[in-house]
Amino acid sequence: MADLAALILATFAATLRVATPLILCAMGGLFSERSGVIDVGLEGKMLAAAFAAATVAALTGSPWAGLAAAICVACFMALLHGFATITHRGNQVVSGVAVNILASGLTVVFATAWFSSGDRTPPLADSARFMPLPGGFNLLTYVALASVAATWWVVTRTRFGLRLRAVGEAPAAIDAAGISVTWLRYRALLICGVLTGIAGTYLSIAQNANFSRDMSAGQGYIALAALIFGKWRPVGAFGACLIFGLLDAVAIRLQGVAIPHVGEVPVQLIQALPYVLTVVLLAGLIGKAIAPKAIGVPYEKEH
Amino acid sequence: MSARKLPLWVDIGVLPVANVLIALLIAGLVVLAVGASPLDAVKGMIDGALGSSEGIGYMLYYTTDYIFTGLAVAVAFHAGLFNIGGEGQAYLGGLGAGLAALALDHGVSPALAIPLAIAAAAAVGALWAAIPGYLQAYRGSHIVITTIMFNFIASALMVYLMVNVLIAPGSMSPESREFTAANIPVISDILTHWGYAVDTSPLNLSFVLAIACCFVVWIVIWHTPFGYEVRAMGFNPNAAVYAGVNPKRLTVIVMCFSGALAGLVGVNEILGVHHRLLLDFAGGYGFGGIAVALMGRNHPLGIVLAALLFGILQQGGTELSFDMPQITRDMVVAIQGLVILFSGALANLPRPLLEAPFHWLARRRTPAEEA
Amino acid sequence: MADAPALELRGIEKFFGPVHANRGVSLSIPRGAIAGIIGENGAGKSTVMSIVYGLYAPDGGEILIDGAPVKIGSPRDAIAKGVGMVHQHFMLVDTFTVLENVILGAEAGGMLKPSLAKARGELKRLEREYGLKVDPDALVGTLPVGEQQRVEILKALYRGARILILDEPTAVLTPQETDQLFRILQALKGKGTTVILISHKLREIMAVTDLVYVMRHGQVVAERNTADTSREDLAELMVGRKVRLDLDKAPANPAAVALSADKIGVRGKGGVALLDNVSLTLRAGEIVGIAGVSGNGQTELLEVLSGIRAPSSGTLSVGGKTFAAPRFATPAQMRVLGVAHVPEDRHRYGMCAGFTASETSVLGIQRDAPFAQRGLTNYGAMTQHCDVLMERYDVRPRRPQQLAINFSGGNQQKLVLARETDQEPKVLLVGQPTRGVDIGAIAFIHRQLVALRDGGAAILVVSVELDEVMALADRILVLYGGRIVGEVAGGRADERTLGLMMAGATA
Repeated sequence: MADLAALILATFAATLRVATPLILCAMGGLFSERSGVIDVGLEGKMLAAAFAAATVAALTGSPWAGLAAAICVACFMALLHGFATITHRGNQVVSGVAVNILASGLTVVFATAWFSSGDRTPPLADSARFMPLPGGFNLLTYVALASVAATWWVVTRTRFGLRLRAVGEAPAAIDAAGISVTWLRYRALLICGVLTGIAGTYLSIAQNANFSRDMSAGQGYIALAALIFGKWRPVGAFGACLIFGLLDAVAIRLQGVAIPHVGEVPVQLIQALPYVLTVVLLAGLIGKAIAPKAIGVPYEKEH
Repeated sequence: MSARKLPLWVDIGVLPVANVLIALLIAGLVVLAVGASPLDAVKGMIDGALGSSEGIGYMLYYTTDYIFTGLAVAVAFHAGLFNIGGEGQAYLGGLGAGLAALALDHGVSPALAIPLAIAAAAAVGALWAAIPGYLQAYRGSHIVITTIMFNFIASALMVYLMVNVLIAPGSMSPESREFTAANIPVISDILTHWGYAVDTSPLNLSFVLAIACCFVVWIVIWHTPFGYEVRAMGFNPNAAVYAGVNPKRLTVIVMCFSGALAGLVGVNEILGVHHRLLLDFAGGYGFGGIAVALMGRNHPLGIVLAALLFGILQQGGTELSFDMPQITRDMVVAIQGLVILFSGALANLPRPLLEAPFHWLARRRTPAEEA
Repeated sequence: MADAPALELRGIEKFFGPVHANRGVSLSIPRGAIAGIIGENGAGKSTVMSIVYGLYAPDGGEILIDGAPVKIGSPRDAIAKGVGMVHQHFMLVDTFTVLENVILGAEAGGMLKPSLAKARGELKRLEREYGLKVDPDALVGTLPVGEQQRVEILKALYRGARILILDEPTAVLTPQETDQLFRILQALKGKGTTVILISHKLREIMAVTDLVYVMRHGQVVAERNTADTSREDLAELMVGRKVRLDLDKAPANPAAVALSADKIGVRGKGGVALLDNVSLTLRAGEIVGIAGVSGNGQTELLEVLSGIRAPSSGTLSVGGKTFAAPRFATPAQMRVLGVAHVPEDRHRYGMCAGFTASETSVLGIQRDAPFAQRGLTNYGAMTQHCDVLMERYDVRPRRPQQLAINFSGGNQQKLVLARETDQEPKVLLVGQPTRGVDIGAIAFIHRQLVALRDGGAAILVVSVELDEVMALADRILVLYGGRIVGEVAGGRADERTLGLMMAGATA
């Protein structure tokens, strides 16, 4: 019995640890998408932030400096996305994909040029990282949990949240009220930048001890899928992230285990599971998840 | 609102070039940031790509892959679909070609084996794209996310197959045994045979297939009722329904077409160059295809030109990395990202600058017209 | 400045790129008056009022409120100066409650709770003073259109509007709801609010305004006291020439039944019946008009009859074939059976953004010879076809290779009409035939439809313009809440009766 309890606790802990970057990205994406801007670039922001955090932490020895750098870089990429899609009314999906590919390439270009270990940053000492706190969880994991509550509160209880929801459903109403659609959306993207910056920091200097090529491994996309599955609501998205975390935690335990009549579970299958699950979730949606009405459409005043 | 205020030749000719120039300019800044000289880099790239027959051969070999994936993305774009799954479709297309080649390797003549293997590559690529297409059409699943997921799944699938199933007996690395029946002739061999002294390169007749595909796409999209319906759906799915289209069916069909084109990368790589199945032969072409399609404005002619540019970048970059170790393959990926940004999302950035002279001319004319 | 006009404009100029939308617009509206601004589509009336509300910045000219010059850089400034606007397309968030919509942008502080409480109290007061009754906790998206408009008015009053601008407010109302609106406007006038009504509906301008400004081509061309003018006078001023407002129409000779719909039902989200038990027949040589306020099932009816949408129940017979739910007809099949369709919303169904006029001219028949031969498109035949259509319906400019969206709204509509009528259909379904079309072309289009009828076609006209339905139709059916609630012969129709039916009050 005690064994079972220990197993459940360990699984729960593993779930939270895996879900941390997903939760942060999903909350970030929530702000973006509720304001009407599709954000496929969560992946790229997180990756670029991870690189920035690892680099600055390596150079300064301070994880906090790394965190600050990560947030700055992610915000920069968010502003880039905003510039293309809000100011220049470009295709939001294309812009997001561009951000991801750009991040994927540039992070390795700079890593190779600035450090001598090829496509990764040097391993960090514990003092330059966010290590787990007493209790077993990382500070950033607590931040992720807090971000869910904070997101819910901001979106439903504040003036900013009301206007954010309005600009994603009916930007013309915001415009007619004399509020700037552009500034509101940029602010949403900046919040997204902050949250994805924290997510990237977690990846490279909390969960691991350095940055390596493409270390985000699609988690930004999975976070987006979780957001959609959670119907663009904080609690729903949080739940979906936990499902992914749980699956990963369980899958790791299955590694090397022999299933009767089937044989050993191939490690590639376990690696592929999160991606398969994402597809299954997106396909199995009961009814269509209703996105914010004005999402994906650049706002233009009507003549 | 897409009222063209610019004359056609500026819109189609000058604007895309302006977009690419901005992207390359910023790439130049990145090169500076890693401590190399952009001018030296450009010189080195052009030398490496165009300075020898071997370089040109390699360059065109890369271009072949970019043409296939560029066409794939463009075809989907015309229907309003964003196919980001080119990586996975190209990868599995290669699997299809390789499996067919392995199966047909015993006493089947190349005249039969090659077309069958090509068909297999196209079919598997089509299938890998059709599933996300079906999910988008019939279940509303966001095709961008599903195609990316399928890239990851394809990767995992290939590793599993190569390591556990298809590995040649006694081999140290995850590769299958070699096959010969479905090998596509290498162009440098052909030219040498005809008496032209040319250095060997992987460039093979798949290049001709790629050009042929350009013609096929051009005819299908712009000169058939099917293409009319595809473009109608891309512009306005409701009007397409009005015009008699079944948008769900058409989505799946277009994705099949798109995936098949991406799968042909497998023909170039597996049948044309490697002659066996291995890992990681399709790296970067899927995303590169997006850049090529956007830069080429989704038109086969533009795609060929854009694919040539990326072929030069890739071959030039590879040669360059010997002299400038800071410039790696990832620089090409970064440039792809910049091109996608400036030819895709920020395509209209240079517009005000280009429109200014025309506006000025129009204002000068208007008072006279109003009188 | 007690006698200063509530709103005065001096020489307002506005350019949209090369388009000169407002040329030296000057007008003066006394406090407490109800003023009308009329003009055709594109005359510039919405533009100038959008400038007063701060949505656009003028390129020249002055705005004076209560005699003092003001600078209005954004709707915030306009609201601060007491200007409120009810737009033609409501600026409401469907997923918010009435209360949330009212406070949006006028919240009292960063937290929502106090703002909502304050607004609730204020709405009660406004309900007492003006008779504007709405449920504060209802979701705006579920409200009928007339109530949504009331929410828009409440928004303006909540922000202390002393000048209220309404842009085409009656486009979506029944005659009875229009009367209700006018009573509200009179109540506002009684409390000293100045009302400006932008409209192209001469009948209503004559009914409720004190003075009228007429705009044409971006300029004010006339000012009249409403008591001293007439519909004909205003129409002539709007267009610049004498306009025939009535249509000469010979009586119809209905022959065989061309289309028959029986007990058609359409269920929408949440099981709501968008169409309920709708049956109708169309005979060759007659025009049947569907009257009704927008949103009562007209869209769904056209979608079902043209094959775009399959109904949940009912049958449809045309050209000897019968279709029953759920395996219904497709648009392609309906076309083959001789049914042509001019959509209500040409941008939604009738055109594609990137197509040229030539490509648009074959939308729906792109697979037919001669446009497609042996699997390939024949662009030459397409262009020729487009030329013929443009000639017949006077579509300008006569350039088949021009992008369809670069034509003016009226010319786009003419192209779509030309395309559909050219197919010599046995049945022609037309939705809002003259939407966005100027007065001169309206008469032409109406004549074409009558000519088609005389040639033996069965025509169904769906229009929210009651005048249009009454002018064209030989038989009028009224659609309300997804049901046919009345049928009146064309000659014996009167607005009062039809209005009552359109509002759901069957006599």
